[in-house]
Amino acid sequence: MSTAYLLNLLTIVCIHLIVVLGISVLTGFTRLFSFGNAGFMSIGAYTSALLTLRLGVPFWPAVLVGCLAAGIIAYFLGSITLKLKGDYFLIATLGFGECVRVLFSYIEPITGGAKGLAGIPKHTTFPVAFISALIVLVLTWTFIHSKYGRSLAAIREQEIAAEAVGIKTSGYKKLSFVYSAVLAGFAGGLYAHSLQYLSPDIFNLTRSSEYTITVVIGGLGSITGSVLGALLINLLPEMFRSLSSYRMLFYGVAVVAVIVLKPNGLCGYKEFSARKIFYWFKNLPGKLRKKRVEQKVKVSENAEKGDMQ
Amino acid sequence: MSNLLEIKALCKNFGGVQAINQFNLELEEGSIVGLIGPNGAGKTTIFNTITGIYNPSKGQIFFDGKDITGCMPYEAAQWGISRTFQNIRLFSNLSVMENVVMAGNKNVKYGLVDAFLHTSKYRREEKNLKEMAMNLLELVSMQEHADAIAGSLPYGHQRRLEIARALATNPKLLLLDEPAAGMNAEESIELVEFIRQIKEKFSLTVLMIEHHMDVVSSLCERAAVLNFGEKIAEGSIEEIKKDKVVVEAYLGKEG
Repeated sequence: MSTAYLLNLLTIVCIHLIVVLGISVLTGFTRLFSFGNAGFMSIGAYTSALLTLRLGVPFWPAVLVGCLAAGIIAYFLGSITLKLKGDYFLIATLGFGECVRVLFSYIEPITGGAKGLAGIPKHTTFPVAFISALIVLVLTWTFIHSKYGRSLAAIREQEIAAEAVGIKTSGYKKLSFVYSAVLAGFAGGLYAHSLQYLSPDIFNLTRSSEYTITVVIGGLGSITGSVLGALLINLLPEMFRSLSSYRMLFYGVAVVAVIVLKPNGLCGYKEFSARKIFYWFKNLPGKLRKKRVEQKVKVSENAEKGDMQ
Repeated sequence: MSNLLEIKALCKNFGGVQAINQFNLELEEGSIVGLIGPNGAGKTTIFNTITGIYNPSKGQIFFDGKDITGCMPYEAAQWGISRTFQNIRLFSNLSVMENVVMAGNKNVKYGLVDAFLHTSKYRREEKNLKEMAMNLLELVSMQEHADAIAGSLPYGHQRRLEIARALATNPKLLLLDEPAAGMNAEESIELVEFIRQIKEKFSLTVLMIEHHMDVVSSLCERAAVLNFGEKIAEGSIEEIKKDKVVVEAYLGKEG
């Protein structure tokens, strides 16, 4: 594996991670399933790419406009659809994602249609993607560990009770939806300037569902779980690449194994923390001692029983 | 004293079913009033209409002099109406502490930027919130269970936690929906003491639905009796116990 190839791969992983973190907030913490986030990614990607390519706007402002466009559309879409419950909301987002895809194929004079949009300048290098992902990770972490994240968890757990303690659930649901859309738009902008080519079919339903699967595999309600899920889902197929055509088989087996063995996902509702691991190791001698004592007690009890007989 | 809650000619229909018909109630500030009646009489429906879960079909509700008819549930909570649920509704996968902290969210003032950057304002308010929650947990003597998962607690603890959560919203009016359900005599006596204590401490007005008559008679000054969505009696507990219509509603007409 060449270094250039590896860096390219890691860049893509970082970009996926940004989308996955948005979905993690939406699905893992608010329990709203969306199959339309590739649509927001598409909006972010096309907006920023058209700005840099056709109007010569600098990279970062273009990406920010892409985020904004995705966010504004999510705000209006959320206002209409978030009153729908459960699966119906999912279907609405699914329809939205497909609409975006078809729309971008049709407006050929602007987007290049199904032929795609080529010649986008390369701006997303590995450091850019990595630092972006890191900043998004930190911001998502602080967001979740504030009253906002707490309110989202309250909606997930018990919507009626959340309202009864004064949480405006409709507003918080919208916030969570817009947050995930903005991150998808951001990732889309980075993606366009990394791949240098866009076609509407890149952002299809499979892409959307893959992100949701990643969050579920990583574990709902866990940010570190989502990070782990994103690494696993994106790197596993690469690791098995030497097995050529069998690699998707192994990938499938690995995914099924996680679902069977860890139904809550890799870290469902738990965060990976260095402190917990430190204490686990610190308490290990104590635990072992306790176990040994218990065994001794058992042995002596058994011996006593033997005496009595 | 003035009336904290006034319900005027309240009606609620579900299709052809008249769940509540021409219901009136006045709640003086600082009083404890019971709402009793046979199963299916419409007691919980009244709670749901006051807290905005249902929109009334007709009639008006005034809280603290303000017309709150048809408000949203979160608005009711923000104005100072807090409630517990008949079938407990805790955030069951979250810790006991988080359950109480959640209810303090509405008094937290920091904005999105503070949340993203964990500014000093964020830290100060979060600290106050945790302290408030811990004090409430001490009040319901559950401080040692603060880290336990709410859904794993025994039933009695869950009821108490729900009351603690309701108090964390800093209410003026507390609506208790069958707080003594599933409790034995001894636990009921404890509960009565507890409700009296929190009522004094937080200067609350309490409206409670309850089937245990001993709980109602030792706590409430007044009670309203509901049957088939209509108020059939209201007055002191002694009056109600003697009321012929009430006895008939519970036991049937004398042969």
